[in-house]
Amino acid sequence: MTQDYPNEAPLSGMGEPPLEIVRSKSGAWLHQFANPGRFQRFVQPIIPWLSGVALVLTVVGLVWGFYFAPPDWQQGVTARIMDVHVPAAWVAMNGYAALAICSLLSIVWRHPLADIAAREIGPVGAGFTALCLITGSLWGRPDWGTYWVWDARLTSVLILLFLYLGHIALLRAFDNPQHGYRAAAILGLVGAINLPIIVFSVYWWNSLHQGNSISLTGPSKIYITMLLPLLVCTVAFYLAFLAMVLARISSFIMETKARSLLLAAAEGGRS
Amino acid sequence: MMTRKARRLWIVVVCGIFASTATALMLVAFRSSLSYFLSPQEVLVKHPRPGEMFRLGGVVQVGTVVMSHRDGKPFTRFRITDGQASIPVVFTGILPDLFRQGQGVVTIGSMARQGGVFRADTVLAKHGASYMPADVEQALRASGKWNPKFGPAPNAATWDNKTPQQIAAAKG
Repeated sequence: MTQDYPNEAPLSGMGEPPLEIVRSKSGAWLHQFANPGRFQRFVQPIIPWLSGVALVLTVVGLVWGFYFAPPDWQQGVTARIMDVHVPAAWVAMNGYAALAICSLLSIVWRHPLADIAAREIGPVGAGFTALCLITGSLWGRPDWGTYWVWDARLTSVLILLFLYLGHIALLRAFDNPQHGYRAAAILGLVGAINLPIIVFSVYWWNSLHQGNSISLTGPSKIYITMLLPLLVCTVAFYLAFLAMVLARISSFIMETKARSLLLAAAEGGRS
Repeated sequence: MMTRKARRLWIVVVCGIFASTATALMLVAFRSSLSYFLSPQEVLVKHPRPGEMFRLGGVVQVGTVVMSHRDGKPFTRFRITDGQASIPVVFTGILPDLFRQGQGVVTIGSMARQGGVFRADTVLAKHGASYMPADVEQALRASGKWNPKFGPAPNAATWDNKTPQQIAAAKG
């Protein structure tokens, strides 16, 4: 009953699956995406489109938000930073949620693509988290009067950045990559506890950071002409995140393939 | 008999429950130190010793702001309220741009030896979650629906997608 993948098998054959893998029926729907060759055929054509649309929407959203949307009555032009800050924060958190799901897939189902996805989500998510922290800091100085305070929201997002950085480091810290994937997956899952803390931090405790302006249930507390560019930027940032992660996964698969070909060639030459 | 997958899933679920419970207990235990500031009501209950640094937060009480100069520096007196209690605050220095009556603020400092006055070393402005252009704010003010002095913006559904003219027209 080998329902798990052998450690090296899934990456060794890029085109057709090289060996017949015994699969349990329950996991079949999940494992049909585990074949790197199929993944490559599926995402390679998508990546340029995703990147293009993300770039266009980012430019549209930022130009709209920074030049055409009206300034806030009280904060003036500094409120425009939200067009970068808020989407970056959302992507940072949902990126970590995606990383946690990959960790679960990795630990329980030993899904090889989930390992690679977790590996490649890390740096991109860390980048968006850093962007969120930097823009928030630049926004805080003129409006709050400080770059940084240790309130619950700011601190929990800083912890999110450290979780990303820890995940990046841990995943690459082992000679046997499988050990790195296992250890990082545990960190990824444990770190997910931080996500609800970030979301509810501004309600559970007194904080300098204000509460949510946008909720799924109530009306938006942002005036419509300021909200629309923010939503465009949000879509743009999510697409950019997806494009970057898929491109990184794709190039990692190719890198692995190239390395195994070189290794095979070298071994062939020796014999 | 459990498959290995099912067993791993159960281990993850059980560990998740334990880890979440541990975190929740920790957060509850450290609740007081996780709050960034004390409200005036909490200050009256806790009675911090004079000279002990803490953060006092709330709303700048309307009609209490007195600005002057002392030794060539701006000197401000105001009261911070949470609706239940209010504490007098003195501050020497430049206030943040967003400081005004009715605005949320967090001040860092300590109680003076006498008079129950809070000496602030730093004043930080806390703003609400509402964002609107100046003409929308003016229209809300003109219609009598909102005066920023007296609290947070009204229900967002009444203004977040209406033109200033529509807002001004809907009196009351």
